[in-house]
Amino acid sequence: MAFSEHWHIRTFPFSLGPDPSFSVSCYHNEEVDMTKSQLRMPAPIRLRELIRTIRTARTQAEEREMIQKECAAIRSSFREEDNTYRCRNVAKLLYMHMLGYPAHFGQLECLKLIASQKFTDKRIGYLGAMLLLDERQDVHLLMTNCIKNDLNHSTQYVQGLALCTLGCMGSSEMCRDLAGEVEKLLKTSNSYLRKKAALCAVHVIRKVPELMEMFLPATKNLLSEKNHGVLHTSVVLLTEMCERSPDMLTHFRKLVPQLVRILKNLIMSGYSPEHDVSGISDPFLQVRILRLLRILGKNDDDSSEAMNDILAQVATNTETSKNVGNAILYETVLTIMDIKSESGLRVLAINILGRFLLNNDKNIRYVALTSLLKTVQTDHNAVQRHRSTIVDCLKDLDVSIKRRAMELSFALVNGNNIRGMMKELLYFLDSCDPEFKADCASGVFLAAEKYAPSKRWHIDTIMRVLTTAGSYVRDDSVPNLIQLITNSVEMHAYTVQRLYKALLDDISQQPLVQVASWCIGEYGDLLVSGQCEEEEPIQVTEDEVLDVLEGLLVSNLSTPVTRGYSLTAIMKLSTRFSSVNRIKKVVSIYGSSIDVELQQRAVEYNALFKKYDHMRPALLERMPIMEKTASNGPTEIVQTNGETEPSTVEAKHPPPVTQPTNQANDLLDLLGGNDVVPVIQTTIPTKPASAGGELLDLLGDLSLSGGPAPAPPPSVPTSQPPFLLDGLTSQPLFNDIAAAGIPSMIAYNKNGLKIDFTFERANPNPNIAVITIHATNSTEAEMTDFVFQAAVPKTFQLQLLSPSSNVVPALNQGTVTQVIRVLNPQKQQLRMRIKLTYTHKGSAVQDLAEVNNFPPQSWQ
Amino acid sequence: MADVLLSDSQKAESLSPPSAVTGGLDMNSSLGQSIRFILIQNRAGKTRLAKWYMQFDDDEKQKLIEEVHAVVTVRDAKHTNFVEFRNFKIIYRRYAGLYFCICVDVTDNNLAYLEAIHNFVEVLNEYFHNVCELDLVFNFYKVYTVVDEMFLAGEIRETSQTKVLKQLLMLQSL
Repeated sequence: MAFSEHWHIRTFPFSLGPDPSFSVSCYHNEEVDMTKSQLRMPAPIRLRELIRTIRTARTQAEEREMIQKECAAIRSSFREEDNTYRCRNVAKLLYMHMLGYPAHFGQLECLKLIASQKFTDKRIGYLGAMLLLDERQDVHLLMTNCIKNDLNHSTQYVQGLALCTLGCMGSSEMCRDLAGEVEKLLKTSNSYLRKKAALCAVHVIRKVPELMEMFLPATKNLLSEKNHGVLHTSVVLLTEMCERSPDMLTHFRKLVPQLVRILKNLIMSGYSPEHDVSGISDPFLQVRILRLLRILGKNDDDSSEAMNDILAQVATNTETSKNVGNAILYETVLTIMDIKSESGLRVLAINILGRFLLNNDKNIRYVALTSLLKTVQTDHNAVQRHRSTIVDCLKDLDVSIKRRAMELSFALVNGNNIRGMMKELLYFLDSCDPEFKADCASGVFLAAEKYAPSKRWHIDTIMRVLTTAGSYVRDDSVPNLIQLITNSVEMHAYTVQRLYKALLDDISQQPLVQVASWCIGEYGDLLVSGQCEEEEPIQVTEDEVLDVLEGLLVSNLSTPVTRGYSLTAIMKLSTRFSSVNRIKKVVSIYGSSIDVELQQRAVEYNALFKKYDHMRPALLERMPIMEKTASNGPTEIVQTNGETEPSTVEAKHPPPVTQPTNQANDLLDLLGGNDVVPVIQTTIPTKPASAGGELLDLLGDLSLSGGPAPAPPPSVPTSQPPFLLDGLTSQPLFNDIAAAGIPSMIAYNKNGLKIDFTFERANPNPNIAVITIHATNSTEAEMTDFVFQAAVPKTFQLQLLSPSSNVVPALNQGTVTQVIRVLNPQKQQLRMRIKLTYTHKGSAVQDLAEVNNFPPQSWQ
Repeated sequence: MADVLLSDSQKAESLSPPSAVTGGLDMNSSLGQSIRFILIQNRAGKTRLAKWYMQFDDDEKQKLIEEVHAVVTVRDAKHTNFVEFRNFKIIYRRYAGLYFCICVDVTDNNLAYLEAIHNFVEVLNEYFHNVCELDLVFNFYKVYTVVDEMFLAGEIRETSQTKVLKQLLMLQSL
């Protein structure tokens, strides 16, 4: 035969010595290491002996040593072209390979074994090829020839070996070359070969899908086969073809009646010993047919119609006491779910799954939950009926069952069953392993948000989650809950009381502690007044509440964020409680905290007590109701609850040329027009607010003291929005912004007092010029009680914001800044009259000046 | 090393049906064979049989073997016989000190494969007359033959125990 000749020609080189074109690199290297003395070996030890020896090894190192020694012996034996022991050597090599040792130098030996005429040689050779060779090897070409020869061998077992090897490790090139042989064998009458060929064809199609057509003619008679093995593999082949090609799928739809008939025979036929498993005839074939039916019936009304009856029969007639029966039922359910089945059948299928849930076998419960999870969206009501069984699975011991039961339970929650389901799920949350807590907690939050029957229930539920699984909840749950609480005005007293009690029990759950701190800060007055309607009010004194909050500040369990919440809460209580002195003391202590964030907060609050005490009640007023943002708005809430102003630390000492106006505008914009409008008595519609100066002041150079400057008549009188402090954002308040192209000017320079103007155009409205004054003092004494006033002609409108201080330090060591906003709708040339009053070296100074030399850019 | 990498990418190409495959181990799950590999391991993690129906590097094979051992041996009787494994699942059964594991697609019928494992073990038991771990150790190549008689190309090939045993005896006599 042509091929065998070819083969011999190709094999000759390595029987004469290693041929570089075929050898593997390790083969080569070892060549060098070998000494001649090792080459003279006695007969190699037998496989059994080797295995036994290796098993005596007590340590890994010992085993490795033994194997290295044996490998060396095998190598030299290979090199001697020892035909007698090749099979034994390769077998030993394969054993060592299975233990995880490299054995690739045996690849060529496998090929030689395959080429041998002895079946035992061939068998080990093919086994070696399947284990040692992979697609990248050059020897594949040789393999192809070997397999081709053997596919045409006269012995079916040799042919079988070749088919098996091709089906296991055939590369796409091999498949292309050998597909013809496979197709031929698929048409033989020999069922032993036919079933192997069918699966080999499956492998060929997987590797080279375009070869599919080739097997089409051979499929014609496959299903009329009586032999179960052939039928089984044929169904696998048909499935493969249908899954890969829509054309094939359409083509094979006509086989549905035939498949239905085969299935019917299987379930109706009595005992057939050959393929019987636990009294069910060939369950594996049944499963495969059901699977093929699923593919054929999917999205096809006629096919689905044709299989409805048989599916119902299988579903009702299958014996379910054993796993096999359930395997078939399971496959049936999957098929019913996937095809266009009748609604009655679908309910039947879900009821089967429901029955699975009650099964003692955990595996069956598992597959039931997995499938219910898949179908819960489409057949919600049918699944809903099994709710209690599903909930019971939460108590299962297997984590995978628990997880699925949990997911399914959440999928089943709706407005009608929310109370009951949540009770179960909260109980589960309480007792479940840590790995479930985070998912379960967020599931509860989502469900509660969607279906909460009442606000009180909602708050209770979330609080319950925070107390039981507080450390596992996601970060945004704190602001979410705060928002929820704020907006439930009638629940404030109840909530704060509940949270206070929770704090007394446990201060380790940080999210809970944060929410509680916030609420006590906001609603501390309700707490001490004991006016809770929802439950028995508790009697607490102000000192007790402060004790708890201070406890949080010093507790090791508290995170820095929690401490921040706590300090702010204490601060807020200064307007709600009478014990202001105690609060002042606490706040001042933390002015020197090593935690920068806490320190800054304390310093700011301290300043609030000292310098702006008149503003304090307004600033610390209760939070307004927050509007729910679409995006679950955690960030907004974080900003508005006054807890995050990280960037202000660096900005504390602004350089003299800072122009904070724009940032202040941003800030005011952020607070939202609605809340701000009532406090601005102005007719300018686009002017959002005016109080930024106070705020800047507050955060500005705190070493200075003073109060806001009175505004001159033309300016718009302003007051502060009540929640400035809460409105602080993490926006960069004091970033330098160059006065976009407008040159600055000196407006006044007399007696050591110099006033510079810098300009900026208000972004949203070009008619507004924003002027920042910078007052510096070059004398040796500071100027106190400094007040800057300005007036403009009637065509303009002017708004004067608060100054950063009323003391201008001596020797140019500091600057007082103040922002003026001028509305200039007619774009007239800007003129301004300014009045300056201050006390210098004990005497009051007053001066007037007119400023006319504004740069044109500032008003055009 | 370059050699190995190259072959890896080639492998990924040839393995994958037209849809994207990101790497050698990301075995495509929507299409393709059911069984990716069959493993028999003892409790200590020694491999008693490893049959691969996908192409892997030796290193990858070793890694998979270790991973399977790690996920399967920690489970006890109260757990199901299924473990999610990468984007597949492992159906396993423990017989004495041996774990029989089959790695299949997530969409495959768990219960049927569980039955297939049992079927396989029953054949082994019959073939070796009360099989024990040592039988598998000393006759590992025969175990491979049994696998090849019952599975091919990642699919179940023959389910009849009598037929398989008959063929095995024929093969042995050759």
